[in-house]
Amino acid sequence: MPKQIFTSREFLLTGAIVLLLAIIATRFPAFIAPSNLANVFNDTAPLILLAIGQMIVILTRCIDLSVAANLALTGMVVSMINVAVPGLPVPIIIFVSVAFGALLGMVNGILVWKLEIPPIVVTLGTMTIFRGTIFLLSEGKWINAHEFSEPFKAFPRTELLGLPLMSWIAIAAVILFSVVMSRTTLGRAFYAAGGNPHAATYAGIDVGRTQFWAFTISGALAGLTGYLWVSRFAVAFVDLAGGFELSVVAACVIGGVAIMGGIGSVVGAMLGALFLGIISNALPVVNISPFWQLAISGSAIIIAVALNAQANREKGRIILKRAENAT
Amino acid sequence: MLMETDQKSAPTGAEPKVPVLALREVTKTFPGVTALSEVSLELFPGKVTALVGENGAGKSTVVKIMTGIYQPNGGQIEIDGSPVHFPTAQDAGDVGVTAIHQETVLFDELSVAENVFLGHAPRGRFGLIDTSAMMDHSREILDGIGASIDPRTKLKDLGIANKHLVAIARALSIDARVVIMDEPTAALSQKEIEELYELVEELKAQGKAILFISHKFDEIFRIADSYTVFRDGALVGNGAIADVTEAELVKLMVGRDVSQIFPNRERNTGDEIFSVDGYEHPTEFADISFTLRRGEILGFYGLVGAGRSEFMQALFGITRPSSGKVTIDGEDAIIRSPADAVGKGIVYVPEDRGRQGAITTLPIFQNVTLPSLDRTSKNGFLRLAEEFKLAREYTERLDLRAASLDTDVGNLSGGNQQKVVIAKWLATQPKVIILDEPTKGIDIGSKAAVHEFMAELAAQGLAVIMISSEIPEVLGMSDRVIVMREGRIATEVTGEDMTPETLVRHAAGI
Repeated sequence: MPKQIFTSREFLLTGAIVLLLAIIATRFPAFIAPSNLANVFNDTAPLILLAIGQMIVILTRCIDLSVAANLALTGMVVSMINVAVPGLPVPIIIFVSVAFGALLGMVNGILVWKLEIPPIVVTLGTMTIFRGTIFLLSEGKWINAHEFSEPFKAFPRTELLGLPLMSWIAIAAVILFSVVMSRTTLGRAFYAAGGNPHAATYAGIDVGRTQFWAFTISGALAGLTGYLWVSRFAVAFVDLAGGFELSVVAACVIGGVAIMGGIGSVVGAMLGALFLGIISNALPVVNISPFWQLAISGSAIIIAVALNAQANREKGRIILKRAENAT
Repeated sequence: MLMETDQKSAPTGAEPKVPVLALREVTKTFPGVTALSEVSLELFPGKVTALVGENGAGKSTVVKIMTGIYQPNGGQIEIDGSPVHFPTAQDAGDVGVTAIHQETVLFDELSVAENVFLGHAPRGRFGLIDTSAMMDHSREILDGIGASIDPRTKLKDLGIANKHLVAIARALSIDARVVIMDEPTAALSQKEIEELYELVEELKAQGKAILFISHKFDEIFRIADSYTVFRDGALVGNGAIADVTEAELVKLMVGRDVSQIFPNRERNTGDEIFSVDGYEHPTEFADISFTLRRGEILGFYGLVGAGRSEFMQALFGITRPSSGKVTIDGEDAIIRSPADAVGKGIVYVPEDRGRQGAITTLPIFQNVTLPSLDRTSKNGFLRLAEEFKLAREYTERLDLRAASLDTDVGNLSGGNQQKVVIAKWLATQPKVIILDEPTKGIDIGSKAAVHEFMAELAAQGLAVIMISSEIPEVLGMSDRVIVMREGRIATEVTGEDMTPETLVRHAAGI
């Protein structure tokens, strides 16, 4: 019932993904076996988690370029904690990663809210600062597989009902944030602040504070992903996930999030991430060079933005009375 | 200068026969609104014509048609007696029509010389801009109008008066034959105004035709040679300034047949519910005090820029006043944010629906409940059933017809968007409601509905503050009217004193 536009946009994207899978299946049928699709989903889980956070930030007319650096810094911090205190239980590690990531996100949020610095400048700066901090903390050294404790590494791979916990966390995040966005006053504030900041101000919403919470959520998800990433790949280093923030923004854009704010959904961001995840997993197996992979991802972004722009242009005002009553 | 629509005798001056620029029965319509209907206007070389009219009389539309920004739907524009078309602003500029706008449309980050010559800079070798020639020409022109401005200065470093001079220099640089000045003195000090008058005299001496738009009668009588009065998009009178008095001009401006009928209200105002004492702002308004009773409609009249909206925004917590006190229901109220204001029972329905009113990307029900979310949610979780109930209740009261409350507000017509905004504020169950230009840009039928509704609000015991620049609306709806001028209360009138002439006199300061 609610939001015909969003559902139709997500419907289109789902159709595009099915079409993509069908094309891949003609070349390499094994790709669409359920077990392989589950693997693709699991591979894409980090991108989904970050895309949800980014979606909320973009919704409020901001952008968070520091997510990948936040992921790497938080990953390094929890890795060093694990090396120093190998016996620390994983739930505490997870709590630390979420809290530390949220803290880094709050730094972005405060700078945008209180100092009113443009978000792109703030997060470009913090992105570099976070990377630099990793170097200072680690002295440029890697933390390798043998240095981590076994439970630390095992957690994301642990299977529950046939799916690794990594996948379950992504699914849980999609559900949790779908509820937050559609059923809480905070979620409503994100849409309102991005849809029309002036009107939101008149309605008593503090737009700056809303943006602060968006950055905090984005940071918390980046921190969580930081732990999942280092434990899954069992390595932490300065350039971990370098350039990943661009894939995250791309996932949002493909997922129908309006770069001007106000329009977007959690499911859309997830579908956008899956679209990119399928391309990057499928192209190597069907023997297409990585160069084409980048070109295809890039084309998908431009096509998605063009379609969104088209959709917004067609959405003119209904001036005729009879047309309005007919809708 | 004889025209069929003329209500006064035509002047018998010795002006040249052929106007530089003439509009012949020009009509401009927008969907649902006729902005200009068959207006005619003639500008002669070396003459200043004053264009006079209320806000919304169609003055700006005429300027936009003369400068190629709007295309007329009917009638024609003539230059030296032959018909022309201005498909773009560039085309108007090419034949020497230039406008100096109320808010200067110049570029802050560019130098004075670049502003003067933007779009027609002198070219040197390879087609590149000849910077030194540009600087020299700018200096010549600026010297010519007695402005001691270094052409290398960035525009943002100049004061408002000097920016105007740059705009005038720009007009001269394109060898203008027609100079349109849209309220050029609105932001100037008395000394700067005197300098502007001298400049106008000089432009006259150079044989330029000048259209001077102003609300200030003293300056019209000082520098204009002839006048043209617009009302509701139509020409209602013109002639030589020498043949007219201030009182006659005011009458032409405001006098109208009573085509609008306002709801007949029983004026039974109750106890005092709201008072403002000594509201001040360092730059926008000063010394604003008034009281308001239950069931009362208080009109705020003034010219555009008189500080009415600025004051209301401070009252609503969008900006902070430097001093002043608000009392609601006998208790002091501290308002630091819009949320505080809504919490205390004050709501503000802003003028600019697009920018400040509705959130077009959200559906109707979410727009309506936005300021009332604390009532339709529990511990931060929304209760959609409550939201729909609230939204349905208030949209039905306003007779808003939409297929579903799920429809995005962006898909509604302007009038229905306005209803969504009003429903949104009523749903907060306010004590005081501030309506800023509630009927601006909506059709006559919807206007009547808004007026009915306003009367109903007052009848229910709400105190209503209505900002309006339409005199019939102010007089037809208000129990009392406060006239603001230059950020201060010029007068407060009630009963028999509420006449169009009083309002205009106090608003214009004559």
